[in-house]
Amino acid sequence: MTWITLIIAGIITFLLRFSMIALIKENSLSEKTKIVLSYVPSAVFPAIIFPAIFLDNSGLLDLENNPKILASIIAIIAGFMSKNIIATIFAGLASYWFLIFVYY
Amino acid sequence: MKTKSQIFIRGLLDVLPLLIPVFPFGVIYGVIGMELGLGPYLTFASSFVIFGGSSQLVFAQLLTAGASPLVVISSVAVINARHLLYGAVLSEYLNKLSIFWKLILSYFMTDQAFATSSKFLKSNQETGISHYHLLGSGFTLWFIWQASTLLGIFLGAIVPEQLGLTFAVPLTFLSLIVSDLKKIDHLMVVLSSGLVATFFYNVPLKSYVLLAAFVGMSVAYFFTLRIIKENK
Repeated sequence: MTWITLIIAGIITFLLRFSMIALIKENSLSEKTKIVLSYVPSAVFPAIIFPAIFLDNSGLLDLENNPKILASIIAIIAGFMSKNIIATIFAGLASYWFLIFVYY
Repeated sequence: MKTKSQIFIRGLLDVLPLLIPVFPFGVIYGVIGMELGLGPYLTFASSFVIFGGSSQLVFAQLLTAGASPLVVISSVAVINARHLLYGAVLSEYLNKLSIFWKLILSYFMTDQAFATSSKFLKSNQETGISHYHLLGSGFTLWFIWQASTLLGIFLGAIVPEQLGLTFAVPLTFLSLIVSDLKKIDHLMVVLSSGLVATFFYNVPLKSYVLLAAFVGMSVAYFFTLRIIKENK
């Protein structure tokens, strides 16, 4: 079943890439559609980010003594300053490791 | 007059700077796939079959958390919907090509290849072979992505679980939107989606991702209407 899920997800991704190239002759998406699509990462990624930071393994809110919250704030600051994806990830990971192995 | 292979190499070289973050991202994906328990074959196959970093992470995350196939597939589709935009922009330059070329170039289409090649296609349209630039940038990224995923799978098999590397999943997504957090409209979309996902995390079938995406896109639609109104 997982393999079928993967293959269907792959086919749909391919069709999203292929459909516009194959079907239309010139850039005919409306201005409105273009603006809405530009928000997709901001609308989808937080659905992964927030629960992974604020919830514990059993799906309950975990706000006290949660090293992931502080590590994420440090990652955001690093992201603002460096404007670099990898620096953001590693700043977050490094501070997380510092918090769980040294501080706590 | 440039030859096809020269244009291919030009595409390859032009995309290289954009690959500096792609390689470690691929390694991280391979490691995370293993940490989440997706296994080496599915982790590698997803880089080959889906070939889209952030959507693969969501695929791995939801599948290993026990989400239903329909939720996994629609979540991947929502994330990759932005490719409609790339296709629409490039269709103007690619519409004279054969269906075979369109199939190949669609498979290799990524954010980075689009960013690299759309300018070249626009200014070299009349040559008739400018699409070799997109092939060069797309294929190079594809090759680096497969290689880095493989490396990540090997690393993921030996990295100890105590490191808590699954925390790299939210960090990776955070790094992809962090530059937008300074804009108030994006921040509102991020907060509405994130809060819905957190407080409706326990809805059946792990459909909280779709629910949060729907709320986030509704808020985004509101801001879109405002932007269009202001521009009139």
